[in-house]
Amino acid sequence: MHGHNTDVLLDDPLKRRLLNDFQHGFPISPTPYKDIGEQLGISEVEVLSLLATLQDDGFISRIGAVFRANSVGASMLAAMAVPEDDLDRVAQIISAYDEVNHNYEREHHYNLWFVVTAEDDAHLQNVLLDMEKCTACPVLFLPMLHDYHIDLGFELKWT
Amino acid sequence: MDVKVKALSKTKQLTGLLDAQDQALVAAIQSGLPLCSRPYAEIGARIAMDEDEVIQRLQRMLQGKVIKRMGVVVKHHELGYRANAMVVWDIPDERVSKLGSSMGQFDFVTLCYQRPRRLPIWPYNLFCMIHGQDKGEVHHNIETLIERCKLDNVSHDVLFSKRRFKQRGARYHRLKPDGDTG
Repeated sequence: MHGHNTDVLLDDPLKRRLLNDFQHGFPISPTPYKDIGEQLGISEVEVLSLLATLQDDGFISRIGAVFRANSVGASMLAAMAVPEDDLDRVAQIISAYDEVNHNYEREHHYNLWFVVTAEDDAHLQNVLLDMEKCTACPVLFLPMLHDYHIDLGFELKWT
Repeated sequence: MDVKVKALSKTKQLTGLLDAQDQALVAAIQSGLPLCSRPYAEIGARIAMDEDEVIQRLQRMLQGKVIKRMGVVVKHHELGYRANAMVVWDIPDERVSKLGSSMGQFDFVTLCYQRPRRLPIWPYNLFCMIHGQDKGEVHHNIETLIERCKLDNVSHDVLFSKRRFKQRGARYHRLKPDGDTG
């Protein structure tokens, strides 16, 4: 996923505003893209076209709702300490689960970190136990107890 | 097993706030709004719900903080934020709420959760995610946190990400076979 050229964004103030100014407070109205266009002084068609380009270029993951963890289903942060020479194999097994949405290698003795989400606790438990069985690696379970972050998106700096 | 079940017990209370219609809406919207003139009408059409009701239900979920925010979800890495670290802290239990709230307000902190310790192997109970354009910026941000939140005596560890094997939005609800699979 390297090689994204952020220079194209520096030259385009509209793209920068679309990425930065609508991470929260996106209109929940019948015509949200038209409303955004009015704020930016451009047409609905132009908003849709710019957003499609940003999505195609890989700068936008999606436009929509960010749900509070564990408010609409069950999720779990999990970690494994995997021997270095076995990491590719184990990572591949974990990524293949449809219930996994993040899976990262991190610089630590616990080197594989992933998030599992499911519609309820029972399904989540089954997936986690299945993972332990399939990888033969014990899993460190780290469920969220409290969320202290007020999510307003992420202020992008253009340097 | 018991520990896991206990730790997750919060989930049920919160999920209980959503009725079956809300849950269908969550399933229909979780992969994102379509890029078209009436996106909420289109989301509704997938689950036989009219546009007005989609809008009302989403506004209610936003007010009830089930939805943290509505908007553009950017890809940090592709936007030049190549370094991200999970910073974990061992905070005395009686200070965790106050410190968590303070840390969660810094604009470079993109997640801040309390999680259980797993002694003796895992002593840390507060987790922050910090993004930066490079490792230097992330370290600088950590220094800022330590200074501003007076964390000099708190032991912590920094786990920089190396390889990203998978990243996509969470999918909480499986769609019914006749629904949209996007």
